[in-house]
Amino acid sequence: MLVYTARRFAVAIPVLLAASVLVFLMVDLSGDPLSDLRMQQPPPSPETIAAAEARYYLDRSIPERYWLWMTGIGGNGDIGLLQGKFGPSVRGGPFDIGEQLASGISITIRLVSAAIVMALGLAIVSGVISAMRQYSKLDYTLTFIGFLALAMPTFWLGALIREGGLWFNKTTDTSFFYTIGANSARVSNMTGWEYFLDSAGHLVLPTVTLMLTSYAAWSRYQRTSMLEVLNSDYVRLARAKGVRNSVVVRRHALRTALIPLVTVATIGIVGILEGVVIIETIFQWRGLGYFFIEAVKAKDTFALMAWLMLSGTLVVLANLIADVLYGVLDPRIRYE
Amino acid sequence: MSDLHNRLVSAEADRPDLTEENVNKGEQLTQMQMIWRRFRRHRAAMVSLVLLLVIVAFAFVGPLVWPYDHTVSRDIAGNLSPSLQHPFGTTKQGNDVFAQTMRGAQQSLKVALVVSIVSTTIGSIWGAIAGYYRGRIDAIMMRIADVFLIIPLIVAVAAISGNVRGGTTWYAVALIICFFSWATIARVVRGVVLSLREQEFIEAARAAGAKVTRIIFRHLLPNAAGPIIVAATLLVALAVLTEASLSFIGFGIQPPDISLGKMVEGARTAAFTRPWLFYPPGVLIVLICLTINFIGDGLRDALDPRQTMVRR
Repeated sequence: MLVYTARRFAVAIPVLLAASVLVFLMVDLSGDPLSDLRMQQPPPSPETIAAAEARYYLDRSIPERYWLWMTGIGGNGDIGLLQGKFGPSVRGGPFDIGEQLASGISITIRLVSAAIVMALGLAIVSGVISAMRQYSKLDYTLTFIGFLALAMPTFWLGALIREGGLWFNKTTDTSFFYTIGANSARVSNMTGWEYFLDSAGHLVLPTVTLMLTSYAAWSRYQRTSMLEVLNSDYVRLARAKGVRNSVVVRRHALRTALIPLVTVATIGIVGILEGVVIIETIFQWRGLGYFFIEAVKAKDTFALMAWLMLSGTLVVLANLIADVLYGVLDPRIRYE
Repeated sequence: MSDLHNRLVSAEADRPDLTEENVNKGEQLTQMQMIWRRFRRHRAAMVSLVLLLVIVAFAFVGPLVWPYDHTVSRDIAGNLSPSLQHPFGTTKQGNDVFAQTMRGAQQSLKVALVVSIVSTTIGSIWGAIAGYYRGRIDAIMMRIADVFLIIPLIVAVAAISGNVRGGTTWYAVALIICFFSWATIARVVRGVVLSLREQEFIEAARAAGAKVTRIIFRHLLPNAAGPIIVAATLLVALAVLTEASLSFIGFGIQPPDISLGKMVEGARTAAFTRPWLFYPPGVLIVLICLTINFIGDGLRDALDPRQTMVRR
């Protein structure tokens, strides 16, 4: 098991390295961070442009730039991924990419964790119910809801939910749902409890949106795997022994049926990252999604690379965890 | 991806015994006729096919007969409610929303077409070569494919198309989507080819002296058609969604051109006050994705040579 984990880890590192090359090339080749400067009227002097190029290391060749971005050796001390420095931002000195990224994570993590917990809980409950009452009206209803959520584009669903919240506020003349940002404008004079309530209130609608996008697929998986287990011989044996139905479902069937969901949910992080970008745009959060979009808009290449590397690392890690967890949870799998 | 797995599994499970042969009492049918017959039996797929054809006609023939186009026109009053003249009303600036919807659907379908051809071709060939040769070639090729799957699709496409100066057009968006999505097809095809290559008919072809290209294109890929089509339809639906999401967050297709995602973005605050602006583009995206998926489902059943004609 340990050997297997180590080997998987060893494979993950070159994949991540290759991903870093891809990220670097695609961002570096697709845009010029100084295009705004070059387009200025009247045109800036050649010295200004040369100085800017030197500041963002654009005066070097592509392989040199990649090496610099990775290691930071030979730079001005503000670059080098392996040293934990992400490079200079085109949005000026005070914009520190690492700091901004960290503050983005601290906001987004609330949304993501709340959505994952809710989606998993609902997917398990509805999947199990669907499987136990296969082909009943309830099963069909849940299946229909699942397919509907699966077919709806995230941005459309999100916009609909947000406008629904606004409409509710308007018709009842209250401000029951929060639709903008991760917190109210003024949080400095709030007590801890008030701050918590305020954050939770702002979480409701975005979480529901993000939750629905993952829930749909996960509940389908849960239903399938639960059906498979319920029809297996050992569950029939348990029933034949006279074990009560609730115990059979909880102890015997559900435990096994949860294994596939673990893998699916871990790999589902890719979809969640995409969802975050869209949902933060709709609800105007200032988290990771906002960071990404602002970086693209400002042609802030180093910020963009930092973001993409972060998401790439998360995905590789998630795949790794999924592989290892599968082995831990499922005793039928043996690694040599 | 999750859906794909389910369907591949069900594709395995659906294979009935070979004892029920699918030739109808002495009647001789060509391969195409047989496929068409089987496809027709799939009710959801047939309904979807008709619906998709209607959407295609709406998107490509519609603009030719409809008096307005998607651009702002001086003759059109702003903020009109739906009427016979403007079935989906007009925007504040004075666009006919019905014409915009046609144009948007056209963009989505064009992206879908390009991705379905380019991604599927590259992905199938890549996967077939990796699966056929196995060993080191397979390992290297699939690691390369893995790298393209690490970055989430929407994010990768947004990073590139948002970076390009002067905005992007539909084919640029489509090609960027292809660049980051062929690997999903390659993965599926490789898995299928790995098992196919061990079967007797491939061995027979090899023994008869067939070249590698012939084995791959004449024997392996046609037999992998079912899984390829399922994966391709899922991918195409994903591409339509990606293009729309991209336009929604402000990258991708740029004004004055229009896409369905852009329309939803513009009409976002009107969902409850002027629903005729908000619902048509969204419903159209859902319809395109659903119909493509159902058609894929039907094609998978129809192309499976082990399928009997008694089902459904």
